[in-house]
Amino acid sequence: MSELAGRSAAELAALLAGGEVSAREVTQAHLGRIRATDERVGAFLRVLDADALAHADDIDRRRAAGEALGPLAGVPLALKDILCTKGVETTCASKILETFRPPYDATVVRRLRDADVVVLGKTNMDEFAMGSSTENSAFQRTANPWDLGRVPGGSSGGSSAAVAAFQAPLAIGTDTGGSIRQPAAFCGVVGVKPTYGLVSRYGLIAFASSLDQVGPFARTVTDAALLLGAIAGHDPLDSTSIPEAAPDVVGGLERGVEGLRVGVVREFMAEGMDPGVRARVDEALSRLEKLGATLVDVSLPNAGYGIAAYYLIAPSEASSNLSRYDGVRYGLRVPGETTEEMMARTRDAGFGPEVKRRIMIGTYALSAGYYDAYYAQAQRVRTLIIRDFDQAYAQCDVLVGPTTPSTAFGFGDKTDDPLAMYLNDVYTVPSNLAGAPAMSLPVGLDEQGLPVGLQIMAPILGEAVMLRAARALEADLAFDPAPRGTNALEGVQA
Amino acid sequence: MALSTDDVRHVAKLARLALSDDEVEGLRSQLSDILAYAEQVSAAATGDVPPTSHAYPLANVFREDVPRPSLSPQEAISTAPEAEDGRFRVPKIVGAE
Amino acid sequence: MSTDVATRYEAVIGLEVHVELNTATKMFCSCAIDFGGEPNVRTCPVCLGMPGSLPVVNREAVAAAITLGLALGCAIAPSSQFHRKNYFYPDMPKDYQISQYDVPICLGGSLTVATAEGERRIGITRVHMEEDTGKSLHVGTSGRIHGADYSLVDYNRAGIPLLEVVSEPDVRTAEEARAYLTELRAIVLALGISDARLEEGSMRCDANVSLRPVGREAFGTRVEVKNMNSVRSLGRAIEYEIARQADLLDSGEAVVQETRHWNEDAGTTSTLRAKEEAFDYRYFPDPDLLEVAPAPAWVDEIRARLPELPAAARERLAGLGLPPERAATVVAAGLAAKLDEAVAAGAAAPEAANWLANEITGWCAERGADPSAAPIGGADLAELTGLVADGTLSTKLAREVLLAVLDGEGSPRAVVAERGLEQISDTGELERIVDAVIAEQADAAQRVRDGNDKAIGALVGAVMKATQGKANPALVNDLLRARLHA
Repeated sequence: MSELAGRSAAELAALLAGGEVSAREVTQAHLGRIRATDERVGAFLRVLDADALAHADDIDRRRAAGEALGPLAGVPLALKDILCTKGVETTCASKILETFRPPYDATVVRRLRDADVVVLGKTNMDEFAMGSSTENSAFQRTANPWDLGRVPGGSSGGSSAAVAAFQAPLAIGTDTGGSIRQPAAFCGVVGVKPTYGLVSRYGLIAFASSLDQVGPFARTVTDAALLLGAIAGHDPLDSTSIPEAAPDVVGGLERGVEGLRVGVVREFMAEGMDPGVRARVDEALSRLEKLGATLVDVSLPNAGYGIAAYYLIAPSEASSNLSRYDGVRYGLRVPGETTEEMMARTRDAGFGPEVKRRIMIGTYALSAGYYDAYYAQAQRVRTLIIRDFDQAYAQCDVLVGPTTPSTAFGFGDKTDDPLAMYLNDVYTVPSNLAGAPAMSLPVGLDEQGLPVGLQIMAPILGEAVMLRAARALEADLAFDPAPRGTNALEGVQA
Repeated sequence: MALSTDDVRHVAKLARLALSDDEVEGLRSQLSDILAYAEQVSAAATGDVPPTSHAYPLANVFREDVPRPSLSPQEAISTAPEAEDGRFRVPKIVGAE
Repeated sequence: MSTDVATRYEAVIGLEVHVELNTATKMFCSCAIDFGGEPNVRTCPVCLGMPGSLPVVNREAVAAAITLGLALGCAIAPSSQFHRKNYFYPDMPKDYQISQYDVPICLGGSLTVATAEGERRIGITRVHMEEDTGKSLHVGTSGRIHGADYSLVDYNRAGIPLLEVVSEPDVRTAEEARAYLTELRAIVLALGISDARLEEGSMRCDANVSLRPVGREAFGTRVEVKNMNSVRSLGRAIEYEIARQADLLDSGEAVVQETRHWNEDAGTTSTLRAKEEAFDYRYFPDPDLLEVAPAPAWVDEIRARLPELPAAARERLAGLGLPPERAATVVAAGLAAKLDEAVAAGAAAPEAANWLANEITGWCAERGADPSAAPIGGADLAELTGLVADGTLSTKLAREVLLAVLDGEGSPRAVVAERGLEQISDTGELERIVDAVIAEQADAAQRVRDGNDKAIGALVGAVMKATQGKANPALVNDLLRARLHA
């Protein structure tokens, strides 16, 4: 039975639909895997055993009664603790929301429930999604299942680790500057950041409103596509939600890359990558060519300004989004003689150092006298980057490059230097700035046995071609997502 | 951009963060470094380029003026750190508007 | 302004008026708007500023903004944006207010007001949309914020749509300010977008007041004055503030740029904020909201639906024979439609207007009711004026009949019949009574004969008394004169 935890979502869905296994058995298998491993991995802030089993039982009952159920019914999932779950603590891994129980569900959560996906629990993250290692969580550390002494990446480290550890076949994360793709690369799993506006942000606790997107983690491209299909689509509660119908991301997955023009981003392939990353990326590009794709050299001349622009825009929006955490209506309150004092003490006690740093940067960048040189200028750079992408896509169908400059680093390696931590995002932020879809696909291991991710990017609403390219490469690579190595988590017992 | 301690304190006040002296000093150097890096944006050839607020160009996203059920007052208050008579209770407010 | 001050200083006044809309739902969420309920019964994750909540614009609020903008002669911006105005305050659920900053929905317009010196055109800089805040109850000895022990916050009002109308600093006197606010209110009422009650806060006015020496172009230091809850308060506050600033300038002191609070009871303004902390609102375009680019066809449709505005109504009513002041009163009371009904039913406009402006408005005021909702139809009003015109009723009796009609006793004719109030115009009957009175009041009668015409008043009064007020007073006068000067 525990072997069920080794299966993909598609496989589980087929077993469930065929009546070969019950939703309860599937859920129990995964809860068991969590119990056996999470003390070392630390992916989950909260495991929702009772709720998950209750939902599973309900699914089994309805299936037995002949009710037609959706394609993912009974498949378990780990949910980043940044999405509001009604009546269940939603903390953003922050002390300031440690006891916050939202009186409502995020739209994504509602859609998952309606699809009868079984939520196993809420996963760890960098506080308020600010970070690239999940070390900024106020509550616990999450370890990379490939090497328990290394970070899983961030900010969606918990979700990524949960999938890599086979605790769940599916997980939901969020990506603002790379927070799905980078942990996916570090953990050897598939992570997708959809087109901005494709997945509803209602109920997603905001970090940077014009950049945040919810997206799937999985161990296979097909699973990621299935999950994306379940959550994508217009939401009238989110003004920035794309009105058109979501593209079919599952239908054309197996079409291959014959004739596909694959743009290789010159600026991303320049120095800065670790040799192990470089080697796997080059190999992946060769494979694409062999599979029938044409490689095209393209330039994103302004991509180099991406981090600078991102670290002005994101903190600025965040500084405003996080103002509401003032101890008045919900969350932590530290007493004070006056409301002003209460607010200031609450925020000082409730926010960790990285969050404070970003609030300060953002407040400064927006403040009188600095707005034009900082925030407005960063938004102009954003326009340049969008135009760069437009020009690149005139010559190719998808863009590729490394997801991250290095593989997973050790705990504490980068915590002393915030700027060094920020530079992890150099390849990922341009897509967030452009609002375009991007994903990470595991393409091998470096010389240390750590996973390397290839980033595949596509034009706005180009998820189908992006996933199709990933699927073709994945099939050719046959990468084994089971963590292995001297310090890796043990595998699922058959 | 090198920030002074006063700059940091001023920004902290705007952001309602009660920083300790150590925090102020630490932030002063970190923020200076980060902002110095971020200033690179001024080197970009932006010329007449307009700023982008939204990557996906939508306009006129409206909602019809039709009421939907509100939260019950119990639900609304359920998250309050302190409540009294169905209202959110806060300490005395000094900076009047 | 005292004439002395006026010769030395010119007051430069700008007015900011907030109008609370009467849409069915809030600006950015679908909570219903109703008043007078328990606290926090009309709230949701959005208007409580809960983590993860998002705003969605109320189409009707945008329509109201366009409507008001067009009525004020503004240009409707082809593209406008919402900005976030960031500041911390417990009645602000998100600790930022969604408002509009440098790209508002309406730009440039004007409002013409009538003053004793004639008409003045007051420019309007802009009209923009924003959301209202929650309400705080300050608990302590005075109920005021200073000296309170703690506060309690209710978010029912948070998120209600507001339109802010900002005038150019064209207002020069308290009188003009009052006229501006009155006219703006009349326009808002005519448009039906708000109930615009100053005392209740569905319309709020702040004033920016500065003085400059007569002849100088540069503006003086400006002071913001808040908390005027009526047109009269606005006028008094401005007068006080002008005098206060003049005193300061006269004694060589500088006016401090600050926000002051008008104290109605004391009749003074006092400092609200100890030091003018120039608020750094850190405005930036709200990334959760998209541009508002009203289609020209929509704007045209709204323009076509604009009702008759007060200025046009006043002109039209004057054309019906009303003196301009009377026309203004009728329109200001929201009674133009009723007058139109009465005229359509055959009433003479000036007479009907008199009843509307005087007795009917007064009756409503006593009951705290809106004059435009007075319980008398145009047809009944026409009937009443007709009964006076044809001599059936004296004006005095007509007044009595009107009150009865307002109280719901029926149509004027029905009341007259019920109470037997037909005016006595039968010359024969009156002649008998006149003779009787002349006989009784011999002294007064003699005085009239001797040329003291005023003495006739007592005789007329006696005849009216003898007839329980039902005699036609004009006829009584004629008959008395005829008898006495025969």
